[in-house]
Formats: sequence, C-alpha cells, structure tokens
Amino acid sequence: MDEGKKSTPLVEMRGITKRFSGVTANSDVNFSVEAGEVHALLGEHGAGKSTLMNVLYGLYAPDGGRIFVAGRPVTFRSPRDAIAAGIGMVHQNFMLVQTLTVWENMILGLKGTPFVLPGKKIQNRIAGISEQYGLEIDPRAAVWQLSTGERQRVAILQMLYRNARVLILDEPTAVLTHQEAGRLFRTIRRMTEEGHGVVFISHKMNEVMNETRRVTVLRGGKNAGAAMTAETTGEALAEMMMGRKVPLDLYRKPMRAGPAVFEADDLRALNDRGLDAVGGLSFHLRQNEILGVAGIAGNGQRELCEALVGLRALTGGTVRMGGANLTNASPRRFVDRGVRYIPGDRRGVGMAPGMDISSNAILRRYWSKPVASGAFIDWKRSEKLSRQIIRDFNVSAPSPRTPVRNLSGGNLQKFLMGRELSDSPKVVIVMHPTWGLDVAATRYVREQLLAQREAGAAILLISEDLDELLALSDRLAVLYRGRFMGILAEPEGVPPEKIGLMMAGTWISEALKDSAPENGSAKEAAS
Amino acid sequence: METLVSILAAAVRSGTPILYATLGEILTEKCGVMNLGLEGIMLMGAFSGFFVSLSTGNPWLGLAAAFGVGMCLGLIHAFISVSLGGNQVVCGLAMTMFGGGASALMGRGCIGMTIRGIDGFSIPWFSELPLVGRVFFSQDVMVYASYALVVVLYCFFTATRPGMNLRAVGENPKAADAMGLPVARIRYLYTVLGAGLVALGGAYISVIYNRFWAESMTAGRGWIAVAMVIFAVWNPFQAALGAYLFGGVEAFQLRLQAAGTSVPTPLLMMLPYVMTILVLLFISIGKGRRVSLSAPAALGAPFHREERE
Repeated sequence: MDEGKKSTPLVEMRGITKRFSGVTANSDVNFSVEAGEVHALLGEHGAGKSTLMNVLYGLYAPDGGRIFVAGRPVTFRSPRDAIAAGIGMVHQNFMLVQTLTVWENMILGLKGTPFVLPGKKIQNRIAGISEQYGLEIDPRAAVWQLSTGERQRVAILQMLYRNARVLILDEPTAVLTHQEAGRLFRTIRRMTEEGHGVVFISHKMNEVMNETRRVTVLRGGKNAGAAMTAETTGEALAEMMMGRKVPLDLYRKPMRAGPAVFEADDLRALNDRGLDAVGGLSFHLRQNEILGVAGIAGNGQRELCEALVGLRALTGGTVRMGGANLTNASPRRFVDRGVRYIPGDRRGVGMAPGMDISSNAILRRYWSKPVASGAFIDWKRSEKLSRQIIRDFNVSAPSPRTPVRNLSGGNLQKFLMGRELSDSPKVVIVMHPTWGLDVAATRYVREQLLAQREAGAAILLISEDLDELLALSDRLAVLYRGRFMGILAEPEGVPPEKIGLMMAGTWISEALKDSAPENGSAKEAAS
Repeated sequence: METLVSILAAAVRSGTPILYATLGEILTEKCGVMNLGLEGIMLMGAFSGFFVSLSTGNPWLGLAAAFGVGMCLGLIHAFISVSLGGNQVVCGLAMTMFGGGASALMGRGCIGMTIRGIDGFSIPWFSELPLVGRVFFSQDVMVYASYALVVVLYCFFTATRPGMNLRAVGENPKAADAMGLPVARIRYLYTVLGAGLVALGGAYISVIYNRFWAESMTAGRGWIAVAMVIFAVWNPFQAALGAYLFGGVEAFQLRLQAAGTSVPTPLLMMLPYVMTILVLLFISIGKGRRVSLSAPAALGAPFHREERE
C-alpha cells in the first residue's frame, strides 16, 4: 500500500438507513472493508449488524445512503447484484439447500452454467478451491449429511466459487468447536493473504482481539465507535457496545452438592426421523448443583431434554425421582413432581406467541387451584400472577394483555424463566438459555440460574456456549451423537481444547490422557 | 389372455388423464406451490378442449386451447399465492369450485354433441412386442407424449440447471434467493406450466377418451391426481405407476359392468376411489417417513424476502 495515500476500499457504505415498519434498524451507518483485512463488526443483539450486512448483500433495500464498490456507486436490487459485484455472505444458518449435493449448491443461481449440468467439471473446480484455502469437503455428499462445521465450509466455498472479493461471516464461530474455529481462522488468514476482505461479525471478544485488524461497533442501529484492533482493549469495546460499563464476570458461590433428586439410567430415545438420537445416557442431578451438557448442535440435545420432561417417548432406560418411577410418565406428572422445562425453542415450545402474557403465565397451572375454580379460569388471578412475574423478573412489557409475540427476545426469555422458576422448582431442565440474548439479558438469565442453584434446585443446563457452561456448571458432561463422552467433575481445570476433542467424539479417557494427574477427579466417565 | 391385454390397454388409456394432471401437479409442487384446484382446471380443460374441437373441427386446436386455458388459471393461482402471498389451499379450493361451475354453465350447449376426436395408431415394431406392444404401443399420440413427458420431467429434475433451480426454490426459497435465483419468477413459470398440463389431462377425457362433453365429467380425477402426487413421492415414474393402477381398476370395473354381474353398478364405480384411499393409507403407514422426506420442504409456504423472524 502507498505511504500516506489511502487506498480505495473494496467496499464502502455511507449513511445507510433502513427501517422496518416504523422500527429503525440502521440509522446513518458508515462502514468499509479494505483488501487484505479482517474487519470486525461488533454490537449487541438488535444493534443492526445483520441488517447492515443484509443491505450490503442486497437482501434488504436501504431507505437511505449509498454503497460504493471499488469507489464506484452501486445499487443492489437482489443478492444476484451483490454477488456479481464480488460480495459474498455466509449466513449464521447457512443458506444451503439440504437436499442438494455440495456441488449442486455451489452452482445454484450461477450465471453461465450449461443447461445439462457438467457435474465432473464442477467437482474438479471445487477440489481446486478447497485445496487453495484448506476447506476439505466431499463435493458429492448431500448437504443434509454434513456436520455443521462442514456446512460452513460449503457456504464459504460457495462464495469463493463465485469469486467473492468481500466475504461477510455472520457469527461464524457460534456453531463450531474450538478445533473447528481454529481451522476457520487459518482459512480466513489464507483469504486475506490472497487479497480478500473479510467482515467478521461476532460477540466473542477474544476472537475479535486476536483475529481482526479493525473494529467497528454499532449500538442501537448507529455507529458507536471504530478502532484499530491493536490500539484498543476488550473492555473499551464492551463499553462502546453497551454504552456503559457492565461487569462481565459472574460469581458462582462454592457449594456442596446435595442428594441426588433426579436419576436417569440408560436413557434411549429416537429423533423425529425415527433414528437413534439418545443412545444410553446415565446420570443424576443433585440439589444445589448445575450439571452442564456441552456438545455441538444436533447431537441429541433437544431429544434428551424432551425425554427428561415427558415430551418424547423413551425407547429404553428409566427416569426416577425420589422413590417415584417416572419412566414414560406424562408431562403433567413431571410438572406435578416439580420438574420445570425452559426449552431452546422459546417461541414455539415455551410459549403460545399469539396469546397474551397473562394467558401464557398460567399455561402450566391453569388446571389447578388457585388459577382454576371449577371449570373456570380466574383471570384476575392470572393477571395478578403475570404482574408478579413481570415485576420479579424485570420483564419490560406494556401490560399483561400484551401478546407474547410482541416481546423482544430478552424479555420473552425473562418472562419464560419467571414462569418456570417462580414456584420453587426441584429440577430445572434448561436449554440454550442465553441464545440470541444481548449482554445484559444474558447476565441476568445466568444470575437467575445461579440463584436457583443456591435455593436448592437441581439443574441440567444444555448449551452450545462453552464459556457459559464453564462459568455456570459444577459438573460438565460432553454429548456426542447421543452419548456422553464423559462427565468432568471439575470442568474449570480442563483446557477447552480437551473439551473440544470430546465434543468431536473422543472419549474422556483418551482426551485427558496427558493431563491425567490434575484430573483424577474426572473418574465419573459414563457408559 | 385377450381380455387381460385389452384391460391393460384400457388401463393405460384411462390412466392417462390422471398421469397428465399428476405430472402437472408434481411440477408445480416441486417449486413449492400447492395447487389444489386440479379438479376445476381439468374440467375447464375438458370443456374448452371439447368446445374448440367442436367449433373448429380440429381436435389439435382443442388440445392447444385447453393447455392455454389451464395456463391462464395457473396464472391466477400464481398471482394469488406468489405475488399476494395468499393461502394456497383456499385459493385451490376456490379454483375447483370455479372450474366446476363455469364449465357446467358454458358447456350447456355442448351436451349431446359428439366430435371425431383423435384416432390412435400403432408404433411400428414396438407394437409387435408380445403383451407390451398391444398394451403400451397401440394407443394414441397423447399417450405416447405422456411417456415422453415422464422421462423428460425426470431428467429435467435430476440433471439440468433449471431443474435444480426449481428444486432449490421448493426446498429453501430463502437460500435460493440468497444465491441470486429469481424465486417469484420460477414459481410463476412452473405453476403456470403445471396447470397447463393438468388442463391437458382434462381435455384428454373429452377430446380423445369420451369425445363428448358432460357436466363434471372428470368425476374426481383431479383429486385422485392430488393423491397420486403423494403416492408417487414426487417422482414422475411412480406417478405413471399410480395413474395406471387407478386406470386399471377403472377399466376392470367397466368390464365387470359390461359383463353384467349382480354387483350393483354404484358399488363397482366406487372401486377406483376406494383403491386410492387404501393405497394412500398403506403409503402413510409404510412409507410415511419417505413421504415427509421427499416432500418439497417449502411446499405451500409463501416467500417474502424482507420478512423478519
């Protein structure tokens, strides 16, 4: 690059404004990407990062502002235009057609493809790009057969195949293991060496600090600051993101675990396609203790949760609570026994989104006193109950009559937690509690879980966020293809790489081989 | 033997209208649009095909007219379900009612008339093959065209670029859009073409098979075709199998009627429909999982780019 004279950015966005039916998602935002750099885009949920990138990728038409590619003004009517201008985006939930093969996905929508598809030729070209960037993949596999990490590679290849000069990666590491993330960063480095520009959207401060050259922070849809990564600190960026200081560390009070209150033995269940999803899990939950379950999405987490609360039939094994056998009992018997469930799918499973807050507040107790009086529901009582939850759990909602659909992600989760945790639960099954929440709401939710632990609940916490699991869990199980690779009795002491290995299917004995002395406590390996 | 061959040949003939309708609906559903208006579109095709044949004396013009009318109805369905994002089930049902009523009204003057239709011809060499020759290759040109259509559609879906684009739009319109495919245009195209094929199936009944017009003469074959799409798990070859199965039972019961059995005629006429229900029942029990896996994932769901979750 020339000294003094600034080179023309690959892409520049000036004064971008985008509104959705009255809500302003982006307001006068500036952003640019230069050749050979990784530019981090930081911000809380709802800060407008995804909107801005969707504008850049032609998915949303901006209401104001201009986009320049290599200095020339452009207008994108659709992603087709953006791709033609050399801009590629890898969405968080990959825009791939599952029933098509890898190579078919590669050429989807590509101009100049012959009428009859030349499969062999395309596969060879994919192999070439794969090698150049370290993105190994079998081009003939159908996408639904691939793991999440492999799908991401396909999505990146798809953009490189289209000669994208600028790659937008939307929270690419959220779905990856430690090892896979390392591999992704090697690929990103190769891309920047080749002169590509990369936009890196992430919440994870350490990744931003280590892997990027520049940072732009958005807050409330506006530019909140920008810096060269080398000249700033994680704390400074966090403050820019939130507009105030928020302590990032949690305090987990040392406690002795109480007696086991919930026991699962050799649990087996099928997924919706009728294939084995949970393949013989044995564990117990103890009072005053959080058992974390780590694992990459799709390894049986949802099926496990549902099997534990009576929502999915067991094909084998037993569930017991105290003296009672709850094997294949109805969900209501689990509820009566004090089991509470906070599902990962908050809107679909946790709530009836079209109904109002006070109706949703009694979904789990409308049949019993005091909410029910005979065949009727005491609506005054339910409204009082919902007001109580709104107050106790800091839910920001206009009134108990507001449809749950209108709550933001964070408020909805707080309300759901309030509903499930406000009547002293004995056992809490909770999945992805902070998925998609901003920093403040995340912190609140985690504090509530720790409060329940202190109050004596036995908690099973399923999450894909290893940092969250390590911060909250007393013990940590690692789930892989429906089986526990092992249960770590003292997870804090275990290096994340080892847990990553277990998440990729290595047994605990194998994964901890070298560090055996300091982990003598990890003897509880299951199955 | 002679009887068997003639029943099988009749099975192919009476299965052909259902085959056209099923193939048309497969084409439409593969791109993610569900059209339940088959019965109405077939009736409109049957009427317009007959009317144009009658007034011009040219059955080929009749078939062309039916195809055109079908495409117009498909355009209406596409406009409501793709551009307006309307409920596809309701729109399809409305199409069925409209087609039934409109064809009955307009066809009043045609009742009792007959046309010359299109005669069959045997394909040299092929028709001399034992059994197969007389069953499959001593038919009429529309039957032969339907064989070709089965093969062409199958290859189109599996080996061509537009076929792949079509599948992508039906599976994951969001991804297809992000890759730069014109989702709405593709859905329009195949909804319109599919409806044209459906109408051609209707016209086959009035122009070639019966050569007269009668109110509601499709007698539920449109609904049978909807069922056959599921039976066929969206595969053109299996669609042919299903259509001929229905046609076979139909031909068989007509034989029984002609032979004058003591079984009441209405019961015999029910047979093909009963068989359809039974086949669907067995499919749902045996192949239920395969059906849900092969169904286009975005079937019946409208697509809007800027809709936020």
